[in-house]
Amino acid sequence: MDIFYILLLFILIAAIIAVETKNLLSAIICIGAIGFGASLMFLFLRAPDIAITQIVVEVLGLIVLIRATISRDLTFISGDKEFFGTVVSVVIIFVIFLAGLRVFETLPDFGISIFRQAQNAASQTYVREGLRQTGAANLVSSVILDYRAYDTLGEATVLFTSIIGATVILRERARKQLEDSDE
Amino acid sequence: MKGMTVIVKTISSWVKVLIFLFGIYIVIFGHLTPGGGFAGGVILASSYVLLMLAFGREFVQKNLPLGISSKLDCLGAFAFAMIAILGFFYGGIFFCNFLVERGQAFGLISAGTIPLSNIAIGLKVGASLFLVIFSLSIFRRNTSANK
Repeated sequence: MDIFYILLLFILIAAIIAVETKNLLSAIICIGAIGFGASLMFLFLRAPDIAITQIVVEVLGLIVLIRATISRDLTFISGDKEFFGTVVSVVIIFVIFLAGLRVFETLPDFGISIFRQAQNAASQTYVREGLRQTGAANLVSSVILDYRAYDTLGEATVLFTSIIGATVILRERARKQLEDSDE
Repeated sequence: MKGMTVIVKTISSWVKVLIFLFGIYIVIFGHLTPGGGFAGGVILASSYVLLMLAFGREFVQKNLPLGISSKLDCLGAFAFAMIAILGFFYGGIFFCNFLVERGQAFGLISAGTIPLSNIAIGLKVGASLFLVIFSLSIFRRNTSANK
């Protein structure tokens, strides 16, 4: 159990550094450290599927973010914070904190599965009947591609929309800049 | 953008093959071991991102043209939707696992439509992430040409 608290402390320190540092590159590297800490945690909680996805997306996202920021002039953040924005974010954080306190009271202890509290939950059925009904040895696969395949369809649609949006926006901007440079 | 030094180019051209194979393994064995379509697709995309970082954008564009990768993206989405619709026709339910009786449990050919869906999702995720990074690098080229 101690390893989780060490990792949590590590993640918290990295998050605080990522928020407070002025250098964008070190902020990105701190975000990467947060992701790697989270994936280690998933691994120790016996969820290798999520750990693999987390670490892979983290590496790719880190490369993209570093490439996106390192070429810009804007590697340092400057300027004062707005008063109104600060007040609004403090209020929102306070409301979320109060809601979170209520939620955390109902959660089981850290690292203990929720099945022990809810015996007749749908997840118990998946664990019991998953291999027989779908034939997949990996239960996570059988859930995301059989029981909850609609979720995966929605996820694929989101990815499709995001690539369409990225292509349209970036192409438009690039074309405008090309036209400007011609004039 | 000419790419990096000879050392980086040589090593990444070797490592790229291994990463690609590992991605294919993660996708195909998604119903038996941890992993699956999404993680495998991201690994497949990252092998091409490694090539793009080491050799430059033009090399990758010659290796995997934009038209082919966008067609692969559409093919993955189409295959996933077709699996769902075939389930509707054969089993009566959208996304019905209509092939579940075929094959032995714990074998490579098992679990009905799940490996097929994994392959479709892997194609889709890999191609679309590659396209996102590619379009980002095109945008960057144009801004730097302006300065």
